[in-house]
Amino acid sequence: MSAEERSTARGWAYSGPALAWTLVFFVAPMGLVLVYSLYTRVGGALDRTITFANYERALNTPVFRTALVNSIEVTLITVVVSVLVAYPVAYLLAYRVPPQLGRVLLVLAVLPFWTSYVVRSYSWLLVLARSGVVNRTLLELGLISSPITIANTRAATVIGFVHFFTMLMTLTIYASLVQIPESYRKAARDLGASGWRTLLHVTIPLSLPGVVVGAFLTFVLAIGDYVTPQILGGASELLLPQAIVLQVQRSADFPMAAALSMVLLGVIALAYLLSARRFSLTTR
Amino acid sequence: MRRLGTVVGALYLALVYLFIFLPVVTLMLFSFQDGRVPVPPFRGPSLQWYEALFANARMMAALRNSVVVGMVSAAIATLLGFLAAYGVARYRPAAARAVRGFLVVPIAVSYLVISLGLSIGANELAVGRSLALVVIGHVVINLPLAFLVVLSQMGEHQERLEKAARDLGASEIKVLALITVPTLLPGLLAAFALSFTLSWDEFVIALFLTRFDVTLPVEIWSSLRTGLDPETNAVGTLVFVLSIGLLALTYLIVARLSRRRV
Repeated sequence: MSAEERSTARGWAYSGPALAWTLVFFVAPMGLVLVYSLYTRVGGALDRTITFANYERALNTPVFRTALVNSIEVTLITVVVSVLVAYPVAYLLAYRVPPQLGRVLLVLAVLPFWTSYVVRSYSWLLVLARSGVVNRTLLELGLISSPITIANTRAATVIGFVHFFTMLMTLTIYASLVQIPESYRKAARDLGASGWRTLLHVTIPLSLPGVVVGAFLTFVLAIGDYVTPQILGGASELLLPQAIVLQVQRSADFPMAAALSMVLLGVIALAYLLSARRFSLTTR
Repeated sequence: MRRLGTVVGALYLALVYLFIFLPVVTLMLFSFQDGRVPVPPFRGPSLQWYEALFANARMMAALRNSVVVGMVSAAIATLLGFLAAYGVARYRPAAARAVRGFLVVPIAVSYLVISLGLSIGANELAVGRSLALVVIGHVVINLPLAFLVVLSQMGEHQERLEKAARDLGASEIKVLALITVPTLLPGLLAAFALSFTLSWDEFVIALFLTRFDVTLPVEIWSSLRTGLDPETNAVGTLVFVLSIGLLALTYLIVARLSRRRV
């Protein structure tokens, strides 16, 4: 055995346990999800005949189709609003605030990231409930005469999501803003571009990679999340992850849940392809 | 004009920070509520809900379970992630790129789908749901991160040290134990802490794969059914403070260790 072959064999040996773990406990279960999505559940028993019936149901039954459309809508709204909220924050922290203070503020901005995931949604319930902080404040200020319903609506889900993902996006956008050499912006200024023109034609295009990475992460994490819509949206509307959990918990219909999961993964794959294309266009 | 911009910017930041901190501050404040409902007006402060929490046997059992699951799964994820990173970075198997790509795939798949897969697998093998399954699931989601964290810390400086030790006749095991692990300690610690925090906070996998013995997030989830409850505020506050404390501690240790090495 040559030195190089021995080295390669060692590399495989060290990586082996991790590869085996991923193969057995990730790839195999994903294979099972795929196979199960082609089975059906008939009268409480598993029918192992291969069929696309679940996919047909997923795309043709109003409940499931609505859940898919709702999920995509809520996720896209979340991505757009989070970018709009986070970009100015990242921009101010990167360029307008003294560097030392900027770093402190950045750490502060992501601190509530570390509240427990379930508790974070519950905290928003405290804030948005009919007797909660927001309603109380608005009543005291005389802006409303009776409490308004925010909890258990799509708005509550979006608020919960935007809260979490603003923190995430502030990080990714900040990271790409501080990498832009100051000389680029100075050059634009020296050549007579106004502040706004520099922002529109230099800074924003160069920071797009950070925006795209943040937007993609947000999309993937939001569309697959069960906790936030379940706690904050409640029964107001069904999102895809809620539909999946219902299939498992209420009807023990694993094949249907598996098919809906494959649809979810399909949507994520599509989002990846779109953002990957955009990404390579902007970095070229 | 410039002044106006500064004022608008400061106002905007203040608003966003209010938005970011409103829920967590509300959560913490009303954990000290002297009354049955955690909504305004605030009365107190009272520690009665913390007393109730520490007397709550189910919650305390769930807390212990979460710590054990977090420790075990973080230890496995860090060990496997370290070995894999070492193999890929030092020996560069022909397919190093493929190995790296393969190991990070689980990041892109929703926890919900991973837990569904493990659930179906357990059903097929007629394995009962248990905390051991949750450990397996948490290693799956944390392994990619532990691997990437350790890999990012493998520099040429360490590679030269390892080569020097090998040239001086140290065995493979000795190189690993006396050179690689000590030089990578900050990265290993960071990987462990990150894995632990993510595991201890993870909900969906723990919900799907446990039945009687549950983890803390699942127990908190069941307690939500009774509506707004100051005890939930108390446990949420406790979890938040513990997580931040752990991360701050890790950060300090890692910063200290890496400074000493430079």
